Amino acid sequence: MADHVHETKMDGSAVSTWSKKSIRHRTWMAFVYTVLILGGIIIMIPLYWTLSTAVKELDQALAFPPVWIPNPIVLGNFVEALKAMDFLNQLKNTGIITFFGILGQLISSSLAAYGFARFRFPGRHVLFIIALSTMMLPFHVTIIPRFIMFQKLGWLDTFLPLIVPSLFADALYLFLMRQFIMTIPVEMDEAARIDGCSFFQTFYRIILPMSKPALGIVAVFTFLSRWKDFMGPLIYISSQRNYTLALGLNALRHDFFVEWNLLMAATTIVMLPPVIIFFLAQRHFIQGVVVTGLKG
Amino acid sequence: MKKLSVMRRKEIVAGFLFIMPWLLGFLAFTLGPLIASFIISLHKWDLLNAPRFIGLQNYRVMLRDPNFWNSLRVTAIYSFSRLPLTLTLSLSIAILLNQKIRCLGLFRTVYYLPTVLPLVASSMLWMWIFNPQYGILNYLIWKYFKVQGPAWLGDERFILPAFILMSLWWIGSNMLVYLGGLQGIPTELYEAAEIDGAGMFARFRHITLPMISPVLFYNIITTLINSFETFTQVYVMAGDIPRRNAQFYIMNLYNNAFRFYKMGYASALAWAFFLVLMVFTLLIFKSSSAWVYYEGTVKGGEKNG
Repeated sequence: MADHVHETKMDGSAVSTWSKKSIRHRTWMAFVYTVLILGGIIIMIPLYWTLSTAVKELDQALAFPPVWIPNPIVLGNFVEALKAMDFLNQLKNTGIITFFGILGQLISSSLAAYGFARFRFPGRHVLFIIALSTMMLPFHVTIIPRFIMFQKLGWLDTFLPLIVPSLFADALYLFLMRQFIMTIPVEMDEAARIDGCSFFQTFYRIILPMSKPALGIVAVFTFLSRWKDFMGPLIYISSQRNYTLALGLNALRHDFFVEWNLLMAATTIVMLPPVIIFFLAQRHFIQGVVVTGLKG
Repeated sequence: MKKLSVMRRKEIVAGFLFIMPWLLGFLAFTLGPLIASFIISLHKWDLLNAPRFIGLQNYRVMLRDPNFWNSLRVTAIYSFSRLPLTLTLSLSIAILLNQKIRCLGLFRTVYYLPTVLPLVASSMLWMWIFNPQYGILNYLIWKYFKVQGPAWLGDERFILPAFILMSLWWIGSNMLVYLGGLQGIPTELYEAAEIDGAGMFARFRHITLPMISPVLFYNIITTLINSFETFTQVYVMAGDIPRRNAQFYIMNLYNNAFRFYKMGYASALAWAFFLVLMVFTLLIFKSSSAWVYYEGTVKGGEKNG
């Protein structure tokens, strides 16, 4: 076999070998594009199906065979869905929780990461290993004591159980920030210290501005995790006026039993903010996943 | 007695102060609850009456509870069916994306997009797709195979396959991690192998696979943990009291804790969950020395091949 291949190569002129290779390459690339495009279409069908149902009249939404292109396009579905789910209030609630979550993570993870990256203190190594190992710890193991604790504090049915824990650095972001700060030359710190900056001033004036790319990653992933959180609100929130968007959307299941067009309109609305953030901050997402393996 | 210099002492104090935003949270929301969870698991407690110490009774009950074993079975079937499918699919797509193609950014966005959507919204969407009468899935089955599709979420036999199928929509995050790994492989390796006459399969087997094994390892661990923690989509799509084959572990835990208020028993379930996950993670970690290749580490013996 090997000899045969060798022979044809020797026999064929340089040109024909080249074109043979080029044909093989082209076939391969055609295969690559076909699979990628088909796969992309399959991934997108559910989204298209949601969006198209969202703007259909009910009888068209429930038609069989399905109608691919809605006619007429009923934008009023969105209005009705917004009304049914008390959207503005839920948006506000989700917004408050998300805002404090992001702010808390940005401050706490960068402070703690600076501590781990730049200071030598007894137990530093052990503590960092402990922090890393908590990444593996499913939060479900701690939900019952947390629930009881928040109940005793009288925090149930407020946003506090959803906000306060997220004010403290998450191990994942702590790790990410620390790795990033370690790439900043120590000479920068030393120069600032010689100029009379305190530790905190060095952090605030030198480290923080230089960590912007990492802070961006922390911000977008915290946004996502806070925005999509479902089990937390489900456990802690009981009255409707405190519902988050995730809870509100879930509750619609019972209101719109057959009105799939309104249900899909509401679904589209809840999906929209993360999609917008994703497109605006795509760089941070891609980097976050590639560099640190963060997953949404 | 060695006296620490003023500078050194200042550094230690400052270090501790800086890590407080993590340390306090860890003590209050992780370590404390972790210990409390174990103590609660030794009690019978419905939150109304005072907790009563019953030793290991909750664990004994758990081992005889058919719901516990069923939830473990369902979760294991889901996780271990999903794992190989997700890993191979996302790796295949990542390899195709790594072929110096045009519009890489566009493809990457398309494949990654589903993973940023809120799980509740995705669950609604998939309920609509799985709808036996009006859903697009059964329409496509009818159109191309001329058979009536199953009731999916309404059928005991098809509810787990439905959840597994749905999970493949999120291959994007695994794919991105792979892609990062693939892009880090020096092209010289492939060029050298090609000169040596290595075919496509040989190159994949002896270059790509070892070079991305750390990434593969990472994906296995995170996908497995993520699958074991499955809750939201089950809660939304399968109803508050799901069918037998959709009684996922966390669903069972949630029901015991927040529907039946059996705090002691649910804590025992939580600890068992913790132990099960630990065992799997440790097994994978232990096995990793045999197949994960880290560049720059010297190992006993040649790499196979």
